[in-house]
Amino acid sequence: MLGEFLQYLFSGLTSGAIYALVGLGFALIYNASHVINFAQGEFVMLGGMGTVFIAAAGVPLPLAGLLAVLMATVVGFALEKLAVEQTRNASVVTLIIITIGASIFVRGGAQVAFDKQFHTLPSFSGDTPINILGATVTPQSLWVLGITVVIVLLLQYFFTRTLLGKAILATSHNPMAARLVGINVNAILLMSFGLSAALGAVAGILITPITSTNYEVGIMLGLKGFCAAILGGLGSGFGAIAGGVILGVAEALGAGYISSEYKDVIAFVIILAALFFMPSGLFGKRGTDRV
Amino acid sequence: MRSVLSSRWAGLLLLAVVIALLPLALKNNFQFDIAVRIGFNAIVVIGLNLLIGYAGQISLGHAGFLGLAAYFSAITVTRYGWPPLVSLLAAAALVGLLAFIIARPVLRLKGHYLAMATLGLGIIISIVLNQEAGLTGGPDGMAVDAFTIGSFKLVKAREWYWLVGALLWLAVWLSLNLIDSPVGRALRAVHGSEVAAEVVGVDTTRYKVMVFVISAVFASVVGSLQAHYVAFISPQQAGFFQSVEWVIMVVLGGMASTYGAVIGAAILTALPQVLTALEDYEHMIFGLIMMLVMILLPKGIVPSLGALLRRVSSKAEGGK
Repeated sequence: MLGEFLQYLFSGLTSGAIYALVGLGFALIYNASHVINFAQGEFVMLGGMGTVFIAAAGVPLPLAGLLAVLMATVVGFALEKLAVEQTRNASVVTLIIITIGASIFVRGGAQVAFDKQFHTLPSFSGDTPINILGATVTPQSLWVLGITVVIVLLLQYFFTRTLLGKAILATSHNPMAARLVGINVNAILLMSFGLSAALGAVAGILITPITSTNYEVGIMLGLKGFCAAILGGLGSGFGAIAGGVILGVAEALGAGYISSEYKDVIAFVIILAALFFMPSGLFGKRGTDRV
Repeated sequence: MRSVLSSRWAGLLLLAVVIALLPLALKNNFQFDIAVRIGFNAIVVIGLNLLIGYAGQISLGHAGFLGLAAYFSAITVTRYGWPPLVSLLAAAALVGLLAFIIARPVLRLKGHYLAMATLGLGIIISIVLNQEAGLTGGPDGMAVDAFTIGSFKLVKAREWYWLVGALLWLAVWLSLNLIDSPVGRALRAVHGSEVAAEVVGVDTTRYKVMVFVISAVFASVVGSLQAHYVAFISPQQAGFFQSVEWVIMVVLGGMASTYGAVIGAAILTALPQVLTALEDYEHMIFGLIMMLVMILLPKGIVPSLGALLRRVSSKAEGGK
């Protein structure tokens, strides 16, 4: 009984960590530019697929992963530079469509550059399951959780202790004021896109040994990440992490105890329920309208 | 009076002439088929344009409404032998009712939260359609009987063309009338500033709910008809990407422009047919075109062209 529960809990925490990383990417870009980047899921796909194909070309796995993250980062830079930066003062819907266009473009490109098959990566440190109180946990799950925690701590340090991190925060609060005190807002925007692309790619590499990957994997992961960011309250980094974990755990428990076929529905039902009662998410700022 | 004549009726007359004469230019069944599909999409997009362009409320879930109606028609007609027209009306009533029930809590949300909620609703509907295979045939989809009115059976694309053409004209007429009515003015006030609209006494919630229901019913009618026309439905038609595609059509044609909605639908329905020649590169080019158009013409095609024409004509007048 307890074992079963723990089993669901661990699998939920694992996917929750991935959603949290993707959700963090959404939050980062939203904070810097007020853009919801619907291409966020494609960074996840690029991380996984990139690593698979670079490794297949004979590059050692860790290096392949690094190269894939770099590749996704460059795509993130390009998206900001070539598309988002060109559309100052565009409406929210226009920006949403531009990022959807970008995601279709990247997905189409992946279909040509890689292929349409499912691929997987070997686990980072073997497949011998670990027994914890009657639940079996794969080492890869621990890798996912561990690396996510490390990334969150690093980001925490980055945003509170470094000048660059503080500049990003300042820009998200008030771009005009940030510009006035000498912050290069364009560079900050570029940074945010690159950073969130890298986050997405890392998530993609971490999850590939567990769920495998293909060129379309970014769609659902991107949407779940968006769910996490919204559930936590848009723009709140802590919210995105909490939202991701809640979503992952609820999904796993729902799939285990209620219905595995409706696993994907659970995330969206939770988000709808949450929004109906808390229209700005769990940790979002409650805004007032200006006339 | 004159301006009403020149703007509204001239446009409607032109549309009627285009619909009546277009068959002369269409050579084969394939082209008629594309014309019919454009008509279907245009009707949905006109409804969605009322919601997005005029009321300023985004929906990323309208394919769910289309899917529900399509499956309702498919199941009641094909399995239980209902007359298609009765099914269509019953589906429209049910979808309208559903939209009415969910509109209040959903439309309380704003911006990205609204986008998320409508997206979630659409995805829930499409997953249910996928999973309830006993009822819907699941991911494999199900075949649908032909559309009949009395003893008359609509099968060929040529025959459908006239029905869809007439409905499209009707949809444009309804939309233009609605925009010119007090409702339309109230909607524009909501789009401008919801708080200000409320302060001057506009019941913003009522109008938002109304347009949400109207756009859902448009999608529902198209869903029922399209199921009969294609003779087959699958959950994909109710999927996230269908919803997104319609929003793109609204924005591409030009928000708050009824004819823009028609033009956006025409371009985006025809474009993939042209791009299939590029095979593997189809999606890349499609995404690229979407980004380029939005970057270069952020207000959409019809308003941008309109602004260009006005600039040219004012220059010409200045030169005199």
